[in-house]
Amino acid sequence: MNPITEQPVLKVSHLTVRYGSGCPCCGTSLEKNRCRKCGTVWAANDVSLEVYPGEILGIVGESGSGKSTLMKSLYFDLEPTEGTAYLRDYQDGAKDIWQASAAEKRRIRNCLMGMVYQNPLLGLRMEYSAAANIAEKIIAAGSRDAGAMTERAQDLLSAVEILTSRMAEAPKNFSGGMQQRVQISKALANNPSLLLLDEVTTGLDISVQAKVLDLIRKIKARYGISILLVSHDLAVIRMLADRTVVMLDGKIVESGLTDQVLEDPQHAYTQQLVHSML
Amino acid sequence: MKSEYNYGFLDEGSKREIRRSVLKAVAIPGYQVPFGSRELPIGRGWGTGGIQLTLSLIGPEDVLKVIDQGSDESVNAVNIKKFVALCTDVPTTIHTAEATIVQTRHRVPEVPMKNNQILVLQVPTPEPLRVIEPKEEVTKKMHAEKDYAGIWLQLYECLIRYGKVTIGAEYPCMVEGRYVMNPSPIPKFDNPKLNDAECLYLFGAGREKKIYAIPPHTQVIPLAFEDVPFEREDFSGRKCRLCGSEDTYLDEIFDAETGERYYQCSDTAYCKEVRARHESNH
Amino acid sequence: MGYVAVSGGQEAIEASIRLLDHCRAGGGQELELSAVQQKLGLLIDRVMGEAGLYAPDYAALVLKQCEGCVEEAVFLLRAYRSTLPRNYYTQTADTDDMRIIRRISAAFKDIQGGQILGATYDYTHRLIHFDLKNEDPMELLRRVREELECQEPQPPKACPRVSDTLKKEGLIDTYEPDDSEPFDVTEQMLEFPAPRSARLQTLARADTGFLGGLAYSVLRGFGAIHPTVGELRTGYVELLVDYPFGEGESIWIGEILITEVECFSEADGEKEMKLADGYGVVFGRNENKAIAMSVVDRELDLPGDFPARDEEFVLMHGDSLEMNGFISHLKLPHYVTFQSKLDAVRKTRKKPQASGEAEHGADEESQGGCNEE
Repeated sequence: MNPITEQPVLKVSHLTVRYGSGCPCCGTSLEKNRCRKCGTVWAANDVSLEVYPGEILGIVGESGSGKSTLMKSLYFDLEPTEGTAYLRDYQDGAKDIWQASAAEKRRIRNCLMGMVYQNPLLGLRMEYSAAANIAEKIIAAGSRDAGAMTERAQDLLSAVEILTSRMAEAPKNFSGGMQQRVQISKALANNPSLLLLDEVTTGLDISVQAKVLDLIRKIKARYGISILLVSHDLAVIRMLADRTVVMLDGKIVESGLTDQVLEDPQHAYTQQLVHSML
Repeated sequence: MKSEYNYGFLDEGSKREIRRSVLKAVAIPGYQVPFGSRELPIGRGWGTGGIQLTLSLIGPEDVLKVIDQGSDESVNAVNIKKFVALCTDVPTTIHTAEATIVQTRHRVPEVPMKNNQILVLQVPTPEPLRVIEPKEEVTKKMHAEKDYAGIWLQLYECLIRYGKVTIGAEYPCMVEGRYVMNPSPIPKFDNPKLNDAECLYLFGAGREKKIYAIPPHTQVIPLAFEDVPFEREDFSGRKCRLCGSEDTYLDEIFDAETGERYYQCSDTAYCKEVRARHESNH
Repeated sequence: MGYVAVSGGQEAIEASIRLLDHCRAGGGQELELSAVQQKLGLLIDRVMGEAGLYAPDYAALVLKQCEGCVEEAVFLLRAYRSTLPRNYYTQTADTDDMRIIRRISAAFKDIQGGQILGATYDYTHRLIHFDLKNEDPMELLRRVREELECQEPQPPKACPRVSDTLKKEGLIDTYEPDDSEPFDVTEQMLEFPAPRSARLQTLARADTGFLGGLAYSVLRGFGAIHPTVGELRTGYVELLVDYPFGEGESIWIGEILITEVECFSEADGEKEMKLADGYGVVFGRNENKAIAMSVVDRELDLPGDFPARDEEFVLMHGDSLEMNGFISHLKLPHYVTFQSKLDAVRKTRKKPQASGEAEHGADEESQGGCNEE
């Protein structure tokens, strides 16, 4: 299967997120992602990428590289300065999601994409039961069938290996790893075609990390979902990503098949990253 | 009537302003219209929203009934009646059918009201979304975007935890498929009376400075999942020990001496009418 | 019938109201209104401020009527005010022209026009003066008058605002001068974000204790600032209304005593630091409330999660009438709603297996429960 001939699940073109007005010198006088002349910060600078059906696209980079800016833009947590993003499942990929109305954006967030944050407080309602966390998404998608919600919650919680006997418990009583798994099940509630994972294993114990990573692989196999995976940890990327994009100072500096990027890094920064991992 | 004060206590300008808000509320069923709530000689939280509605609408032709907890003789109802009598000259009644305006707290009368009657409800917390969101600025947006997912989530959480919807009074309703509304703290038992009614329902929240309305023949549906029907308070197998009614909202009462539990109509005027009918039949 | 609170309510209410007269009767002592007004002036100030009605004689009357209860007195005044038609609006009173009786600055030792300590309890030792038990009131009056008569009258000095100098220096530019028509909180429901005129009116009428607690939270760390009282001035300002029949002419309608505070704190500027000033003004000599107001006014402009920075939280919960009305309403019967709650609680207990764990099919069972009805 040649991915290039397929319609991508997500296509981002020329995403730019800028804090400041910019100046003619911005092109040449950037120090890291900040213009020496006018002080404008280019959090994301002309980023373009595509995610194909059933693949995991890894994004690696240090903090300040723009990977979180990309994720937040995609999940409408911040507004991009320039650029377009098309989702295959939104208007057949014909309309830029950043031009959608507030109501449409809510629908895209709830039904067409799933997001898992590094901090579970951002993704979960800690006081509500695990089942209600999943139901929240289904309710937002318009369903009013409580029995069906409970069934779906049971399916999804089993899929992330949480005992259904604990579905009435609130995630605040769960361990960090379990909270991430509830977040994943919540993100999957409405069968989205794209999952956004933002540093989901950062901060977890090594053994718990491995379990969550293994789970992500299983989820991908089971639901055939495409995943955009952001991590500063090359080991995570190597384990999961089919293709990898390397970001530095708001720009993409290298991309390709993960094996290729890791075995034969072209950009000096990538080389440094790969070396430091060994 | 005390002549130091204007008819209906409030000055005519204030009354007119309140009536304008009422008109807007009637035009947008279930929508909370903000208004410049005036201070009254009765405490905020003691029905000042309802009283302002009553005072702005009442005229010499009217007949007033005031109830609290279904009773005409409850302390608060008596107090309000006394105040309205002080600044108007309208006759009062305990019979729902005779009244043109009925002001109430926590109940809708058992006798169905007609198209020439208005039921004024006192509202402590007009905002149905307040339980999930404390900020007015946010709840206003949620109404504008018809974003009621938070309430549905609450209902679902009840089901998951207890297997039942555990909301008692103040059960949220959808009005004409547009606005979710707090019907004031009436029991679920009374909710069906709001749907497709003959009379006009007006809701006044003095402290929170909101007025809203359900015009006659408006669709008012309690929120419920498709597979978990709305359920009212359950009085099956119980009846009023005074009039024998089995289809009314009952107060649970303990005998002060024996500690025995028994039941009695919450709508005391209705209870009296039923008893009077029984007696005339014998 | 064990149903006292409902049936027979009317009689009980009337008896209860008569009983209040017993409370008020005391031992038959006289409570002269003029004495309340002139000798309990700070109490009068507080009541007028929270009521939003400057009427010292009515304030004395309502205090007599309600045994000196502040919130009752506020309630009575405010309810009375809502029956009064609003015939005129005064012109903006310029507090620069205040006839000052007290003026201090904690920011500068020397200020133009000078510090005027005036009357303050700040430096008293809080010892009970037992000799006041048998004080001769006429002797007291004679003594204070005598002292006054010995004084050399001095011409009043001009007292420009302390903040004016700093504003000229460009150190303070918190607010642009704003001559637009102010929001009227007595006639409109507050909307958020609230214009500053609405904020200041709401704070000026707020409950003294509520505002004090909020400002205290700011100073203790639930806020950023330990502000400096740039200027506190108490004095009389004249009130004028437009003369309806003459262009540009005014009618003097009287003067009111107010306390005004500006407090300074540091603020971020574009490149360098600046000062910000918070503003407080209240009826009478209620100084702590005026200071608290100025602290909260400033704090409301800052971002963050502290209670005193939450505009809706601060502005919606400080009104004496609203808070006390709603708290007291808890004493009203709630038989119907409580019965409904009881029904809901009992229903959850009928199904032992549904609580806590919701195994597959738990919902179907609960539907079964509904269908029984």
